[in-house]
Amino acid sequence: MYRSQVLVCGGTGCTSSHSEEIISLLQTEIKKHDLQDEVNIVRTGCFGLCAQGPIMIIYPEGMFYRLVKPDDVPEIVEEHLLKGRVVSRLLYDETDDGSTITNLNDTPFYEKQMRIALRNCGVINPENIEEYIAYDGYAALAKVLTEMTPEEVCGTVKASGLRGRGGGGFPTGLKWSLAAANAADQKYVCCNADEGDPGAFMDRSVLEGDPHSLIEAMAIAGYAIGASQGYIYVRAEYPIAVARLQIALTQAREYGFLGKNIFETGFDFDLEVRLGAGAFVCGEETALMISIEGKRGEPRPRPPYPALKGLFGKPTILNNVETYANIPVIILKGSDWFSEIGTQGSKGTKVFALGGKIQHTGLVEVPMGTTLREIIEDIGGGIPGGKKFKAAQMGGPSGGCVPAEHLDIAIDYDSLISIGAMMGSGGMIVMDEDDCMVDIAKFFLEFTVDESCGKCVPCRVGTKRLLELLDKITSGNGTMEDIDAIRRLSEHIKDSSLCALGQTAPNPVLSTLNFFEDEYIAHVKDKKCPSSVCKDLLQYKIVADRCKGCTLCARVCPTDAITGKVKEAHVIDPAKCVKCGACMEKCKFGAIIRE
Amino acid sequence: MKSLEELKAIRDKARKDINMRNENPDQIRVVVGMATCGIAAGARPVLSQFVEDVAKADLSNVTVTQTGCIGICEYEPVVEVFQPGGDKITYVKMSPDKVGRIIREHLQQGRPVVEYTIGAHKKD
Repeated sequence: MYRSQVLVCGGTGCTSSHSEEIISLLQTEIKKHDLQDEVNIVRTGCFGLCAQGPIMIIYPEGMFYRLVKPDDVPEIVEEHLLKGRVVSRLLYDETDDGSTITNLNDTPFYEKQMRIALRNCGVINPENIEEYIAYDGYAALAKVLTEMTPEEVCGTVKASGLRGRGGGGFPTGLKWSLAAANAADQKYVCCNADEGDPGAFMDRSVLEGDPHSLIEAMAIAGYAIGASQGYIYVRAEYPIAVARLQIALTQAREYGFLGKNIFETGFDFDLEVRLGAGAFVCGEETALMISIEGKRGEPRPRPPYPALKGLFGKPTILNNVETYANIPVIILKGSDWFSEIGTQGSKGTKVFALGGKIQHTGLVEVPMGTTLREIIEDIGGGIPGGKKFKAAQMGGPSGGCVPAEHLDIAIDYDSLISIGAMMGSGGMIVMDEDDCMVDIAKFFLEFTVDESCGKCVPCRVGTKRLLELLDKITSGNGTMEDIDAIRRLSEHIKDSSLCALGQTAPNPVLSTLNFFEDEYIAHVKDKKCPSSVCKDLLQYKIVADRCKGCTLCARVCPTDAITGKVKEAHVIDPAKCVKCGACMEKCKFGAIIRE
Repeated sequence: MKSLEELKAIRDKARKDINMRNENPDQIRVVVGMATCGIAAGARPVLSQFVEDVAKADLSNVTVTQTGCIGICEYEPVVEVFQPGGDKITYVKMSPDKVGRIIREHLQQGRPVVEYTIGAHKKD
């Protein structure tokens, strides 16, 4: 028995800030103090509070250390693990009353969260199947195989009200029963783990922190629809997730949760991993299945829908990682328990990847119906530097922005659609007053232009033309007619594209145009970028009165655009200036302005 | 995986290993003073003995942990047992051979070993 367990986050975020090094140093230091038989080191998945990573939690005290560096390890081992003294400088100290929080669950970041899909992330060692089993893992699979009929499983998922967490929000139970109803010699269960939205990392965290919940849920789905084979399509850019998934699959086979005659019920099921090569379009269901088949990942028209003709022409269901992660809990706790959480049309919780201009970058899971204000201000800790909130981009390049006037909207599938945004997979990028909305629209459109597969004309050519119109506006050459053209073209692309990639590509443009038309007009009419982002509309100038002639700006200018004599006011030559801002950053007298 | 019983057996065994990660208000905490004074007086083997014996006796409601200097260095090694209600018993001048009785009588049967407590020592 261990008297103490040290949990260290091994998610991608913390790994990139040296958590692996911390773990190996811990092992060395613990050996040095001869504590290896008393202290157990556990590498977990993501705790969610990525902004404070690397994160370490020491039990039984539940002591929460954050921003841990490899250099801190000897002190933690000697002080905390050996002598029992808290290393208080590593505690989280953001409370209203100035007290120090020692337990992660007491932080404002966690208090409003409700963790269903992420229940085991940061709690268990994802590479140890027994820890998953300890938290009732595979009990749901046992329950469906020994106590329920496939129809009852579909019925429970239907009654829970669970909707797809990957974007569209299609009712999961309905999807399953449609596929179950189509008789075939072979059916397939697929998982979309090709998380491609910029700024989204919900699925990665489940794969890294709790891979067995996905495996268990897919086996349950296989039983429900009558499939014996499944595929997990995961992007190759997630190396830690892929490695943990492979370990989990091997363990699940060893323990007999995958394979033949599971729980001696005659049910066979196995899973294979397919790596995606990083094409955004392969997140679209038909393209994903075609890619699993080994062909070039391009979408095809629907119908036929996958429930009738999917992978290899057989009835197939495809769900996203987060959707699956909810399934074992729904089976164990019941559909009534689940459907009491959330709003009328959207049940349960949703995981959001909080990023951009926000204090606590990280992963949050909240009940549907939580307001955007609660997520951004209470959980996310607001915007750094006292800046003002401008908008949040929801749903990545397929979604739209939610401006400040809608901060109190209760987030669910329908409320977001009603204001022109969408749930999407759950990326939430927060923007403040320094962000130019035209530039943001351009950023997302550049992404879709790059990622368009080129199969249909509206998406391939239309998005490109749309981007050119935005470029024209941000470079100061736009006209009011261009704004009308943007609206018209966007509608055409939405109406006539083959798949969801094209159909949703204009959303960021339309929603910024809807809520921030004044910014577009400022670019067109006044030739100004109100947030001082669009370089072509900016000019750097030196205010002669304030300039002391210290020559520092002239020395840092990479293009020699600044001239002037020592102790005399300097001048910027606009023809040479590349607007890098280096001079403004260096000037000690605030003499350089941007307008 | 053959049966529900097999799954339950693995679950129960695995739960013991992760038990301390669930904060349980009914937990009895055995806290060993492990500051420099405690370590010098021999707290290290006392701590190890507790860890070993609690595991052997399979006491899932007991956590063994360490703390810093309690301030009564002359009585080290000091071990305090915190009851769920907040009451605590302070054992002083501990040694590994005293651990067995505390586990049996105090932790298992709920009768503190009075003669090892600080009160008994002060009378000497």
